[in-house]
Amino acid sequence: MSSVLYDVPGPKAVARNRILGVITILVVLAIIGFLVWRLAATGQFTAQKWSAFTYTNVWASILEATVATLSAFAAAAVGALALGFVLAIGRLSDHAWVRWPFTAVIEVFRAIPVLVFMFLLYYGFPVIGVRMEPYWAVVIALICYNGSVLAEVIRAGVESLPRGQSESGYAIGLRKAGVMRLILLPQAIRAMMPVIIAQLVVTLKDTALGFIITYPELLFYAKYIGAQPSVGSPIIPATIIVGAIYITLCLVLSFVANLVEKRLRRSPRVTAVAAAAQPAQQAGTDTELIVAQRGLGRHDGTSL
Amino acid sequence: MGVIFDNLDVWSEALLGTLVLFFAGGALALVLGIIVGAMRVSPVPIARAVGTLYVSAIRNTPLTLVFFAFVFALPPLLGLRLTGDVSLTLGICALGVYTATYVAEAIRSGVNTVPVGQAEAARALGLGFGQVMSLVVLPQAFRSVIPPMMSVFIALLKNTTVAAGFSIVNLGSVRNYLSERGENAFIVILWVMVVFVALVLLLSWLQRSLENRWRVAR
Repeated sequence: MSSVLYDVPGPKAVARNRILGVITILVVLAIIGFLVWRLAATGQFTAQKWSAFTYTNVWASILEATVATLSAFAAAAVGALALGFVLAIGRLSDHAWVRWPFTAVIEVFRAIPVLVFMFLLYYGFPVIGVRMEPYWAVVIALICYNGSVLAEVIRAGVESLPRGQSESGYAIGLRKAGVMRLILLPQAIRAMMPVIIAQLVVTLKDTALGFIITYPELLFYAKYIGAQPSVGSPIIPATIIVGAIYITLCLVLSFVANLVEKRLRRSPRVTAVAAAAQPAQQAGTDTELIVAQRGLGRHDGTSL
Repeated sequence: MGVIFDNLDVWSEALLGTLVLFFAGGALALVLGIIVGAMRVSPVPIARAVGTLYVSAIRNTPLTLVFFAFVFALPPLLGLRLTGDVSLTLGICALGVYTATYVAEAIRSGVNTVPVGQAEAARALGLGFGQVMSLVVLPQAFRSVIPPMMSVFIALLKNTTVAAGFSIVNLGSVRNYLSERGENAFIVILWVMVVFVALVLLLSWLQRSLENRWRVAR
């Protein structure tokens, strides 16, 4: 591996790296050992603590909670993609009176924490006479936030295309809508696909916020089962199981994002677009970097 | 405005809570993130592997789950009694551990933006490792780390609201307290939103001015 930071190590450096490696392993083992010791000391490995998870009913409820998480995610993802396109096209408009309101909406939605938005929908709206299920509060808040983030991603994708693309579109007689629909958007979406999927992972993670406004998803169920004295209040086993399910779901989606990014990187068309977009950068930039450099990820890529 | 001026005590306590979470969590995230980021670019394969594992595990964990694990699952494990101070400390730890992965990624991608030729040229001039780092690589990496790092902190500021779900006082929990005093929840939450938009705009402005001051000129 060639890096800016170091040469191919010589004999002295190899010895030093081995020592550092051993120290790393020891620190990690110490942390794991401490956790296992505490788990054992507080009796988390006893059969009684895990007895709740021998019942079919409990697993049926866990499945139900997983479906609740996934259904909120699916609705939010579809809605956010749709809203993202609308907002992006609005913000790319040539007319200032269209561009300005869309820009304002995008900026405000991105600045508000998703949880506060959920509070507004779930606790605030009943005051003005609009009552909704926690499901809709979760879905609508996620759509608004992720939609505006995706709008910025799509916009950046369109703006990173070389000018020649739209110019040649106009030259062969297409109108604005045609240039956008047939030439700019397809290329922008291809180039930004990894970022878009990464944002969907963020959406999936954010469904967990529903726990706070009593949407009966996975964490909500973990809290419920963890507070049942009849099965020994297994809060820690419940956290472990629910955590494993959440992380697995997100990892699968992230894996898809990586797969798409690798495929895209091999595709000559997108590489040409990416290279043209960043002439100042060295060759072989990855999309994440483009996003970071363009200041696109302002406060989104890294949200919850 | 009455919502604010009649309840200044709640609002100031909430703002203080948010700022404590933000600064303490941010400091912890910086320390942890720099360690993990250094591990991820280090020549030690095992350290790289541990760093990668940490980052990809936490990045695929919802923040709410991290909070859940720290505030609900950790106290019985360590035999702690859940008082206000303990849950605040645990909340700060949760935010720090979560945000550290993003800090580490910002640092790693910043170091990777420095072209290999820069260090090679420096070595060709006869500079030692310390000089290569301090005079050539790190000053350039620092500049390209600033914008993504500020984004991480803006996200952290917004993430502090999650603590409201775990009975840690911050701007997210203002509604809870003011509902008890019979204030209009809708208006209260709108004011919370205004405060957040203002804080985020402030940080964005800081980001932009820092970016302009330390622009990468290539």
